[in-house]
Amino acid sequence: MALNAEESGRLAALLGGHAERVTARWTEIVTGSLRGRLSQAELRRQVQDLHSAIATTAGQGAIDLSAESSGELRAALSELSRGRARQGFSATETTISIFALKDVLAELVQEAGGADALHDYIAFSNLVDELGLFTFESFVRTRESLIADQAEQLLELSTPVVKLWEGVVAVPLVGTLDSARAQVVMERLLQTLVDTGSPYAIIDITGVPAVDTQVAQHILKTVVAARLMGADCIISGIRPQIAQTIVALGIEFGDIATKASLADALRHVLRLTGVETARRQPRRDA
Amino acid sequence: MTAGVDLGQPQAQAIRSDEDVVRVRQLVRSVAVAVKLSLVDQTKVVTAASELARNTLVYGGGGSVDVTIVDNGRRKGVQIVFADSGPGIPDLDLALTDGYTTGGGLGLGLSGARRLVDEFQIETSAETGTRITVTKWSR
Amino acid sequence: MERVPILKIGDILLVSIQLDMSDQTAVQLQEDLAERIVATGCHGVIIDITALDIVDSFVGRMLSTIASISKVLDAETVVVGMRPAVAITLVELGLSLNGIRTALNVERGMELIAAARADELEYQLDDDPDAETATP
Repeated sequence: MALNAEESGRLAALLGGHAERVTARWTEIVTGSLRGRLSQAELRRQVQDLHSAIATTAGQGAIDLSAESSGELRAALSELSRGRARQGFSATETTISIFALKDVLAELVQEAGGADALHDYIAFSNLVDELGLFTFESFVRTRESLIADQAEQLLELSTPVVKLWEGVVAVPLVGTLDSARAQVVMERLLQTLVDTGSPYAIIDITGVPAVDTQVAQHILKTVVAARLMGADCIISGIRPQIAQTIVALGIEFGDIATKASLADALRHVLRLTGVETARRQPRRDA
Repeated sequence: MTAGVDLGQPQAQAIRSDEDVVRVRQLVRSVAVAVKLSLVDQTKVVTAASELARNTLVYGGGGSVDVTIVDNGRRKGVQIVFADSGPGIPDLDLALTDGYTTGGGLGLGLSGARRLVDEFQIETSAETGTRITVTKWSR
Repeated sequence: MERVPILKIGDILLVSIQLDMSDQTAVQLQEDLAERIVATGCHGVIIDITALDIVDSFVGRMLSTIASISKVLDAETVVVGMRPAVAITLVELGLSLNGIRTALNVERGMELIAAARADELEYQLDDDPDAETATP
């Protein structure tokens, strides 16, 4: 429990009695730390919300942040940290908004004086610490879920399967392939083969900086799975370093067709399907 | 299979005939859907169950299977226990080798099933038969 | 026990597996198909597994056996419509279905059989003039 009934009664009186002054001073301190990235009016509204949430909760008696009665207070804190996390403020900038209350309370307690002043200040200070930690926790949670969402979006975005020609689809892979992404690519490619009825797929790895054993295995498995379904895969755009890694790792590409560029791969497929392509240069003896 | 299956409870199915192997597949499929495994993972765990159920029938002389939903706090999963009171597996390492078979199959049942699941445990002896526990977790 | 129906379309036998087969049903299909190939004189077999949500080693072996049997009976077998999840699982299981031709759908499967037959006919036609020039 953060504050007992007596202490929270005194806190409620302090906050309620100097409502205007507390929010003004609190806003002032926070403004300095945020370096003008949040409008004064917005900040003032946030501080007022927090102030009233704390004052209301304190007015109900003992404060226990994990208890049912503190629901409103917790909601106010979560809302603040969620908003800040989404707006790109740092964890420090967010929690300082709460810790600023300490300075305000210190001034008020000092003015009020009395025998209990020190005792009260320590108690209030502990409460503010707890509020700050709670804010920090929910800030981190928000950020984590943001990161998870983004990772998922990235997975969606980064694996387009495009149709190059009637019966030919291609996946241009860009960026580092980890196991999860490789798996998504593999499933999407195979599904596209079914949906479009394309018997040829080109996997272009020009944009992949490095290939390790696991990723190579995933690509190989995709090729074998596509074959089981009745489609052929061609791998194009293997960089010199990647070719060296593949050989050094002892990965067998077996009879899988590999081409230097996407253009070469497409020409190879078109030749297989019997489409005539013009030569880049006429033969000398022609 | 009846429609109103309570998936919270372990589901048991005897394995005594070919048709029972089909029932095991359907049971495992329904539980895999209930714990929201991805389509590929559903396919993998049902295929593994099919292989192991057939092994229970062919090599263990029949037995039973229990399918349970498990939860490790972070993820849910399907756990399947195959039990028979057959002669056991004399050389486990050999039985888990790709292509090894005593029953005229392709020799991929045990070794292949192990690759399709996340956890694979096997207890076997000539006295108590064979008990295989496999688990597939959702991602 | 249920049986898988076998349809005859022109020179092709079409088997569309629509149910979760028991092992016995699979073995029965193998026997039925061999009989139908001989009875009809068809030169192509298409096995459509679009509806199968799993293929385990037993069904895999059945497909291989059917392909081998029909080859002996002078018919080309093409397995069509394998789902991506099934293909991924088969790769993980270690089953490569060697010796089986595959196609994405029934239409492509028919093209494949037609192309294989055409090659064979062409080869037979080409053979004759060669034979004549070889023995003047």
